[in-house]
Amino acid sequence: MTKDFEPLIIGFTCNWCSYRAADMAGTARLKYPPNVRLIRLMCSGRIDPSFILKALAGGADGVLITGCHPGECHYLEQNYKALRRVKLLKRTLAPFGINPDRVKLVWASAAEGVKLAREIGVFVEEIRELGPLNWPARSTPEINPVVEEVEEVAG
Amino acid sequence: MAENKERIGVYVCHCGTNIAGVVDVEEVARWAKENLGDQGVVISKDYKFMCSSLGQDMIQADIQKEGLTRVVVAACSPHLHEKTFRVAAERAGLNPYLTELASIREQVSWVHKDKVVATEKSKAVVAGAVSRVVMHEPLEPIIVPIAEPTLVVGGGIAGIQAALEIANAGHPVYLVEREPSIGGHMAQFDKTFPTLDCSACILTPRMSEAGTHPNITLLTYAEVEQVDGFVGNFDVTIRQKARCVDTDACTGCGICEQKCPKKVIDDVFEVGLGYRKAIYTPFDQAVPKYPVIDRENCTYFEKGTCRVCEKFCPTDAINFEQEDEIIEINVGNIILATGYDLFDARRIPQYGYGRLANVFTSLEFERMTNAAGPTSGDILLRDGKTVPKSVGIIHCVGSRDRNYNNYCSAICCMQSLKFAHLVDERTSATVYNFYIDMRTPAKDYDEFYQRVLDEGTLFVRGKVAEVTDAARISGEEGKLIVQVEDTLAGKQRRIPLDMVILSAALEPRHDAYETAHKFGIACSANGWFTEKHPKLDPVATMTEGIFIAGAATGPKDIPASVSQGSAAAARVLSYIERGELALEPVRAMINQEQCSGCRICNDLCPYNAILFHEDQMVSEINQALCQGCGTCVAACPAGAITGTVFSDKQVFAQIDGLLFLEKSALVPEMA
Amino acid sequence: MSDKPKFAMYWAASCGGCEIAVLNIHEKILDVDANFDIAFWPVAMDAKYKDVEAMEDGSILLTLFNGGIRTEENEHLAKLLRKKSQILVAFGSCAVEGGNPGLANFSTKDQIFETVYSTVSTENPDGVYPQPSFEMPEGTITIPVFEPVLRTLDQVVDVDYYMPGCPPESHQIEAVIDLVIQVLEGKAELPPKGATIGVGPSTCCDECTRTRNVKKIKEFRRIQLVDDIDPDLCLLEQGILCVGPATASGCGAKCPTAGAPCIGCYGPAAGVVDFGARMMTAVASVIDSRDPDEIDRILDGIVDPAGTFYKFNLAHSLLRTGNATWNGK
Repeated sequence: MTKDFEPLIIGFTCNWCSYRAADMAGTARLKYPPNVRLIRLMCSGRIDPSFILKALAGGADGVLITGCHPGECHYLEQNYKALRRVKLLKRTLAPFGINPDRVKLVWASAAEGVKLAREIGVFVEEIRELGPLNWPARSTPEINPVVEEVEEVAG
Repeated sequence: MAENKERIGVYVCHCGTNIAGVVDVEEVARWAKENLGDQGVVISKDYKFMCSSLGQDMIQADIQKEGLTRVVVAACSPHLHEKTFRVAAERAGLNPYLTELASIREQVSWVHKDKVVATEKSKAVVAGAVSRVVMHEPLEPIIVPIAEPTLVVGGGIAGIQAALEIANAGHPVYLVEREPSIGGHMAQFDKTFPTLDCSACILTPRMSEAGTHPNITLLTYAEVEQVDGFVGNFDVTIRQKARCVDTDACTGCGICEQKCPKKVIDDVFEVGLGYRKAIYTPFDQAVPKYPVIDRENCTYFEKGTCRVCEKFCPTDAINFEQEDEIIEINVGNIILATGYDLFDARRIPQYGYGRLANVFTSLEFERMTNAAGPTSGDILLRDGKTVPKSVGIIHCVGSRDRNYNNYCSAICCMQSLKFAHLVDERTSATVYNFYIDMRTPAKDYDEFYQRVLDEGTLFVRGKVAEVTDAARISGEEGKLIVQVEDTLAGKQRRIPLDMVILSAALEPRHDAYETAHKFGIACSANGWFTEKHPKLDPVATMTEGIFIAGAATGPKDIPASVSQGSAAAARVLSYIERGELALEPVRAMINQEQCSGCRICNDLCPYNAILFHEDQMVSEINQALCQGCGTCVAACPAGAITGTVFSDKQVFAQIDGLLFLEKSALVPEMA
Repeated sequence: MSDKPKFAMYWAASCGGCEIAVLNIHEKILDVDANFDIAFWPVAMDAKYKDVEAMEDGSILLTLFNGGIRTEENEHLAKLLRKKSQILVAFGSCAVEGGNPGLANFSTKDQIFETVYSTVSTENPDGVYPQPSFEMPEGTITIPVFEPVLRTLDQVVDVDYYMPGCPPESHQIEAVIDLVIQVLEGKAELPPKGATIGVGPSTCCDECTRTRNVKKIKEFRRIQLVDDIDPDLCLLEQGILCVGPATASGCGAKCPTAGAPCIGCYGPAAGVVDFGARMMTAVASVIDSRDPDEIDRILDGIVDPAGTFYKFNLAHSLLRTGNATWNGK
């Protein structure tokens, strides 16, 4: 069923580490799956659960959050805040029926282009395994299908 | 959002074939014009090299002729050319922050092969940048004036070098050192590799220059307690520990030290090999010359009587009542050159240090070979009289070892070769070097290695398993036996020796994390201070106005430490000369009306930029202290904190844009 | 009928508390009567839908609509009242952001019916489930269809103003009524369309009198399980998950003042996209640990994160529903 499914993933990167790792992956011509679209933030501490929810609601099948390794944050320790937020968000996603594994936090320093490329590959396969999320809000800002569905149920 | 007054220009770069070889750039440009018109795209072009002057001219001409209000360039990483296009926009009269660089080279053409997929992804990346740029705001850089004085923390060779460079350029420097004298580790050494210069001979002139320089305020036996403020305007609180010596009266004659009846093992300068008095200067050439009373060991402070030093002092300089003094200074920049600690060789019990008398650390050996040291430069066993007939030097003790430190300590190979040479020069002993790899990359280093080889030192390639005094065969009795796999010979060897020297690793200062936190900079996982960029900005940190130099950033030899001291000074001097600094306006701000004073954000800022006003029960962000990480923006439950350059609106818009392709693809199904 | 402007109030998927709140404004209710002709208010007076349908479009000046949209009937009335009203106010948490009934969006329609019609507390031996239409000897009878999700009023029709609260506080209702009367008299102007009215500019903490310090949370506790609550100290600092920091001000911090944590009925502060996300990020930020295992242990103290953070806001959050509600049967 999910054979032709190409996951769509939004990735958040830190300006100082993982975004540079992505640059480095590029410079080194490393190949990774094209399913990830990256957004640059100044720090993983800028990660707001709203961003992740927005991406999932907007059509992403998974969200990858990347930051500096613990103890190596360019802003000292903000990545721990990202860690705690992601942990709590994952707990909150479960009751929504969203597999928390659709959200993943990966540490990648500026020197770890290889690791970032590898982690992207791994995550794309993990999401492929989970299948499409197809969040309805992606296609229904006005919620018209509901009415159709209602009629169907009614009939 | 429906009514969009913006006029956006999209420029897709071929980057020669770097992008165009994989991405159909013309298609991306065409698609943007056709599909992103609702968002305000009025022009969309592709060009061979957007960053060339012709490419920039094209953008500038369009801004002026077509009245563009926003510019998106789809090209390389913003870390390469963000500034280029900002400046181009500014030249055309557009606020530089109304541009956005979409990376379709590093993130698309260089990492993907399939042309169709790469082109589709490029469209998404461009759509993301277009949505985002609409939300950009015009910004102005933040200008801060730079106070002239500089604080240098750490009076080792790197700190001395930095202080002298700045002082010689005519600017005031505060040089703070926590020991009673400047000089650092270099003052403990006898010879320096590979030239075998006398360490003291080359260091002490620098020390006295620093001590007497009219532009340098020397604060030894002092520590920085607190740092407030930001680049250009740091308020620093320094604790001057009580010396119990009135430095205005003291002449440094040394009579007090001679007369003091209390001998104390000197754990710091003589690394436990020698004694000092309870009132002391760490070494003869100490700068400043004033002694300090070690209150923990002084008989008067212990028992209430003695005061011998006071009786003999010819200038009445002894003052037992002296108290710590708090000194507050204002500086524009800070250089941290706080050095390293030596790895504690006791942590590797199988090497026997602390248990087997004739196992020495590298620093102990340095002191032993020093003419001013505890043995007056004679190489002797722990008994203080026997000259060793055989000496083994073990490399990489605590370095390149996953049980302790993965990194290479950089100096140990050369230091060990130096030791081998000194043993050879001063005794007739046989010398063994036990090494994993020889690393002698700098100028004249390998030549020195060849010289030591020629002198007859024996080299065994292999990691030493054990140093023991348990003899198994005749000839081993009373000796230290080094058990090692000789990987070149391919066999286990037991080599009986009189003396073993451990070339111990260099480690970050035990309090490096606290220091980093105090100054608002970061440490690597190992504990070394983190550079702003390891290659291109090795003496700057993420915190503007705080620079780093010497071994505090990682193991370094003397030439490298001196170079970094000079480099940090050069960076500071350029700030001082400019008189003011333009900071990137990536900042967070709190809307005072929306702020409920819940205090969630108060402890989140590593730079202490968030202040809480008790009277009004609201929090506020100091714009100059804020470094723009955005953590508080993301944390504010009331949405009262906004951040420039990476605002919620910008990120939301970018998410929408990145997903635009899929959304638009779904529309027909919906209808 | 007089030529006074017409007023309407309607009750969709909600508990009725909003109606009580309007009656709870005491003598002020007389001002409503003095200034308005009550055209339609099923709770207070008899009226038929067909009477409303017969009205001219835009003939009702002000409609306070409370409750979310859960059934076809709710939807029909929302659309009808939108057409007939000049000013449509989403009144109370349910209409504004779904409210407690919105929490049902975590469950599918089948799950909801199962809970209601077949769990142990229900006496339903024949397993009868509601049918939208049923043939009787007298003819076909129908009941409104239960829609698969609960929607907020503005997810169904265009809304002019939002007035949150479960229910909105009486003093805020009074203030809004005063304002509308002043507008009628030409003494004041209406706020811009889309504004949230009857709230303060900040969040609940702004009105809370408890002492607040820099926050560091080492554990979360459930208020019903502890008896050592300091009456003067911020509840969140005591490990009680009070969502006041994220909740719009305007209620006077009633719950925390009375010793109970704020549960968020006044909705998010102005400009906030997702209430739950704001509260999640805030508490996660101030958890006092860097150790992943300890963080997990601390988070274990939040027993029902989704229910806690989205108690009122689920239907208006970014995700809006549970996954099965949409993608399940």
